[in-house]
Amino acid sequence: MEDVSTLKHTPLHALHLSLGARMVPFAGYDMPVQYPEGVLKEHLHTRAAAGLFDVSHMGQIVVRPKSGKIEDAALALEKLVPVDVLGLAEGRQRYGFFTNAAGGILDDLMIVNRGDHLFLVVNAACKEADLAHIEDGLGSACDVTMLTDRALIALQGPRAGAVLCELWADVASMRFMDVAEADLHDVSCIISRSGYTGEDGFEISIPADAAVDVTQRLLEHPDVLPIGLGARDSLRLEAGLCLYGSDIDTSTSPIEAGLEWAIQKSRRPQGERAGGFPGADRILAEFSDGVSRRRVGLRPEGRAPVRGGAPLFADAEGKTPAGTVTSGGFGPSVDGPVAMGYVDAEHAESGTRLFAEVRGKYLPVAVAALPFIKQTYKR
Amino acid sequence: MLKFTEEHEWLKIDGDVATVGITEHAAGQLGDLVFVELPEAGATFSKGDSAATVESVKAASDVYCPLDGEIVEINQAIVDDPSLVNSDPQGAAWFFKLKLSDPDAANALLDEAAYKEFVA
Repeated sequence: MEDVSTLKHTPLHALHLSLGARMVPFAGYDMPVQYPEGVLKEHLHTRAAAGLFDVSHMGQIVVRPKSGKIEDAALALEKLVPVDVLGLAEGRQRYGFFTNAAGGILDDLMIVNRGDHLFLVVNAACKEADLAHIEDGLGSACDVTMLTDRALIALQGPRAGAVLCELWADVASMRFMDVAEADLHDVSCIISRSGYTGEDGFEISIPADAAVDVTQRLLEHPDVLPIGLGARDSLRLEAGLCLYGSDIDTSTSPIEAGLEWAIQKSRRPQGERAGGFPGADRILAEFSDGVSRRRVGLRPEGRAPVRGGAPLFADAEGKTPAGTVTSGGFGPSVDGPVAMGYVDAEHAESGTRLFAEVRGKYLPVAVAALPFIKQTYKR
Repeated sequence: MLKFTEEHEWLKIDGDVATVGITEHAAGQLGDLVFVELPEAGATFSKGDSAATVESVKAASDVYCPLDGEIVEINQAIVDDPSLVNSDPQGAAWFFKLKLSDPDAANALLDEAAYKEFVA
């Protein structure tokens, strides 16, 4: 248990307390896990209207090419990620991950082309290590800076676009993964049409001193409720999105994790800039040779949630190991338990019946396609 | 006789049978429950054994047997609708009835005033 007195606060900490949030330690920060409405209502409200999340604990990193040419920053970053950064257009964002020499995942991140620099958003628990890793890899070509004076919020759900348009910004023309600068409440913000819930929505980087003002104005809108980490987790799980440290980590390769879609053609075998990132030998080989285990969705057949860490078996007696659940819980929109995990390749086909060990019982689960809910991104 | 444990169970004791549930305080802390697993009638437990499990969206928690005894009845209503535990924890949402091995052992548990002080 982390000592509460050493926990860091986001710029919205006092606002969370005033809203009656229950706070928990998370990645070194004192963060809201839920508000008085509770996880279930917060989850369903986000899918029905709009939920507002404080994600200021995440790292916001600026990578500025010393030459002034964005291509130089893009090519430098391509040495650390298996992502086509050079081909990322100005005002566009792409999902990616840092890999290690063994082909494992060091962290996952968002990469934005901001015209004269790259803007990265990384996980809170990894951000210091990521910064050092980026400085090591890019320091000769780029100035690398962690922004510590900005908040980051996410507005997610089918009403998110309408709320932002009504209050301040014309975001209607933005498409999924577009990034733009716009004034919210006379504050210059960086807005991306993206999120971590499977819903249409926005992530908004705000100067720290104006964060409470902008957030409060959003919360005054009748369609918007504050949402804690509890519902953030159940929303992303239903959306089939990976949580770093649970579903992906240094022991999982991107292909095992089912993230090959994030490795563009140019970086794959026979691509014009194939390889050149840590662990490329293994990762490129896995495109042709396949992998021995895969991340899959899992639908428990009963009502009992199956949590991360539960062992999976091919038989109902727990004799033949088949894999492990990496995250699981109750999906309020699915109205039943949902989970994901790694299974041996021979069991990875959708519909395969496996058994999860929970409190000494072997509960039937079916391998299922991800996501569990229909994504509503504005593509 | 109404008694409480420091693990947030309540017991309504009638002769040698205790009706057991979790307190309002516990239900509030757990948040919206989505799954309840109860023991089978006939099962015997010692004080402190995990006798039932409740799960919120986020996490699973144990419900402990407050005294030694045998389960004589369970409340299927909270299995069918776990949200009942949030709406009426100290009423309709009892968990099980326990035939006490030693009814006098209940005297050592907290009374209502002492429990209220404990969670204050």
